[in-house]
Amino acid sequence: MANSPNIVVYFAHLAIEQSVINRVLCDAVRDIRHVNFRDLLELYPDFFIDVKKEQEVLRDADLIVFQSPIYWYAAPAIFKHFQDTVLLRGFAYGPGGTALQGKDFLFAVSTGAPAEDYRPGGIHHYAFEDLIRPIEQTARFCGMQFLPPLVLHGGHSLPSEEIEAHAARYRRFLEDYQPGNNR
Amino acid sequence: MDDHSLLFNAFIYLLAAVLAVPISKRLGFGAVLGYLLAGVVIGPWGLGLIREAEDILHFAEFGVVLLLFAIGLELNPRRLWAMRKPILGLGGAQVVITAVILAVLGIVFGLSGSVALVAAMGLSLSSTAMALQLLTEKNLLPTPAGHSGFSVLLFQDIAVIPMLAIIPLLGTNLTDVQSGFDWLALLEALGVIALIVIGGRFVLRPVLRLIAATGLREVFTAFTLLLVIATALLVNAVGMSMALGAFLAGVLLAESEYRHALESDIEPFKGLLLGLFFIAVGMSIDFGILLHDPWLIIGLALGLVAMKTMILYGLGRLYGLPARQLPLFALVLSQGGEFAFVLFGVAQTTGVFPTTITDILIVTVALSMLTTPLLMVLHDKFLAPRLARAPAPPMDEMQDEGHAVIIAGFGRFGQIIGRLLHANGIDATVLEHDPNHIETLRRFRFKVFYGDACRLDLLRAAGAERAKLLVIAIDEREGALRLIDLVHENFPHLQIISRAWDVTHVFELLEHGVDVYERETFEGAIRMGEEALKKLGFTAWRAKQAAHRFRAHDEETLHEIYNHYHEEFDVRVRISADARERLREIMHSDEEHISTQADQEWRQAATDKPDSH
Repeated sequence: MANSPNIVVYFAHLAIEQSVINRVLCDAVRDIRHVNFRDLLELYPDFFIDVKKEQEVLRDADLIVFQSPIYWYAAPAIFKHFQDTVLLRGFAYGPGGTALQGKDFLFAVSTGAPAEDYRPGGIHHYAFEDLIRPIEQTARFCGMQFLPPLVLHGGHSLPSEEIEAHAARYRRFLEDYQPGNNR
Repeated sequence: MDDHSLLFNAFIYLLAAVLAVPISKRLGFGAVLGYLLAGVVIGPWGLGLIREAEDILHFAEFGVVLLLFAIGLELNPRRLWAMRKPILGLGGAQVVITAVILAVLGIVFGLSGSVALVAAMGLSLSSTAMALQLLTEKNLLPTPAGHSGFSVLLFQDIAVIPMLAIIPLLGTNLTDVQSGFDWLALLEALGVIALIVIGGRFVLRPVLRLIAATGLREVFTAFTLLLVIATALLVNAVGMSMALGAFLAGVLLAESEYRHALESDIEPFKGLLLGLFFIAVGMSIDFGILLHDPWLIIGLALGLVAMKTMILYGLGRLYGLPARQLPLFALVLSQGGEFAFVLFGVAQTTGVFPTTITDILIVTVALSMLTTPLLMVLHDKFLAPRLARAPAPPMDEMQDEGHAVIIAGFGRFGQIIGRLLHANGIDATVLEHDPNHIETLRRFRFKVFYGDACRLDLLRAAGAERAKLLVIAIDEREGALRLIDLVHENFPHLQIISRAWDVTHVFELLEHGVDVYERETFEGAIRMGEEALKKLGFTAWRAKQAAHRFRAHDEETLHEIYNHYHEEFDVRVRISADARERLREIMHSDEEHISTQADQEWRQAATDKPDSH
């Protein structure tokens, strides 16, 4: 086995050319040597995912990252489609479905609204961690460790220094990552 | 030996050009100086191989006419109108200020009023041929300096008309000149301009279409030359500048689909005749007069160049040209021009000038033309590197017509691409070789140019040097491959995507180094297959997935077969047959996968909820 851990970052954004935050975040991690950066909409613009290929990629990874903005309390649709088509029985769960067992999973996510909107009485009513439970539970169901998500709130009104600082934290996390050290 | 035969003269000119120009270019002096020096060497004061310099000069002026025609083709009426301010403002100021200062100086140095005025008018003009050639050679026309320089030159070309009209009024040989202003001549001139405008707009395009439809390239070339010569003669007959007439004809054709074809057809003639023109200027430097009074003439020439440079520099600055381009703008227009020869000739025949004055001034102008290429070398060597540190100039103004995309072929295939790009705000330069088809497209307001995209000169005229992407959509498989090789060789920066006929053509494209292709019937047929599946009871989603899988598999197989491209045909057939079977199996197992697993077992798994997780 190689010394440096294998990380795959799955990314999707419907209008990356207009998003400052996600461009900065992508640029921060794209060139890390042991990171396999996969822009899902660039690879599969018509949602026809190469299942065999992606299962291989997942199998090789120690850490699986989903990086995305939040649309309607979820990641962009292609992430759900990815789960539906790639995380199959016999691969991700069920009899013989142990390919993801013991891997780490990180959700690196950004929202437009500030953190205080995500609480009972706020305009989004639920705590943010409750809204992303489906992803958390998917990771658990497949036997993965769901790491504390890396969340950047308030993207609509964030000064660029804060975005840069967050991107630097994200990069450092991936650079320093070692399997098993993050429980 | 018959040393005056046409062939012998042509031999001398071509030999001189072929020897002198490469040497001059190699030494960094540019082509123009090479031609000038070649002219000096073969002329009456050099080896004396050719004596009739003046006749040649007259003939070679047609090169200037073609040059202006070509420039006109680059400038449609709208853009010309947009340039009216620099033309009238900068150009007008340059001519008037230079002429006034020179005339006053002339009177101060003891010339009579009329002599000083005519000399000053003639000397205020710069050499269109020289300046444009230098700017083009260095690819500077699209820069602000090039733009302004061109505006000044254009005004000068227009100013020649009234100047030529005034000279006879100042003359003493009034026998063949009516006194007073010639209203009839003015009317004639206006009539001819109207004729060119109307003819250029309404008659020329149908005629060009007829000629293009013959498919004989040389006939098209012949007609192009005929057109320019006819315009020049017509305009000349009413006493206007031939170059200006040709320019007007060019402007009127700038909007037409034949623009690039016309441009590339006259290109070689233009180049050769301009070369000949410079050779003739070199030959006409009368070293007898120069040697008779060298200091006077050298002083006059240098004084003229210095004076014009200063005035141009000041005006350019006033006009807000970027500092780094000011010296270039001033120097490139600092010489006397070919129109001075014409004006002084007229001045002599009408008795304004005594012969001695004419001779001295003509040598002065010729000598001043010799200085420009040298000054440009000095500018590039010493001034430009220092100025380079100044802030970058604004975006090129003249380049707005050069599109980033060229579409070769605008039939059923190319049109869809062009429309998709256009809908996204990207305009392409479109080349199409069927004139009848173009006519229809024009009616739908597509901007399409006539010509065979596989011709290097046409590609160049269409802006291949600046474009980023070439879309090959011509309906000729061999032509597409030729075009690819041509582009790889001449415009290596240009990305290529190409329409492919069938699998064999895909392989040929891959062999020629193009890896973005689309089989022209493939996508349509797959879509149709998808529809067929739906008619047979597949859900739309399942039919779509089947089509996706088929496409992916087909593409994979295609590359597998390509790996055996150089092997026997049988091998490829076998691979292809195997692949078809494999695809059936894949589809079949997918089928099971989707129906059994995704439906039943997921439901089961979801309800099973293993608590180990």
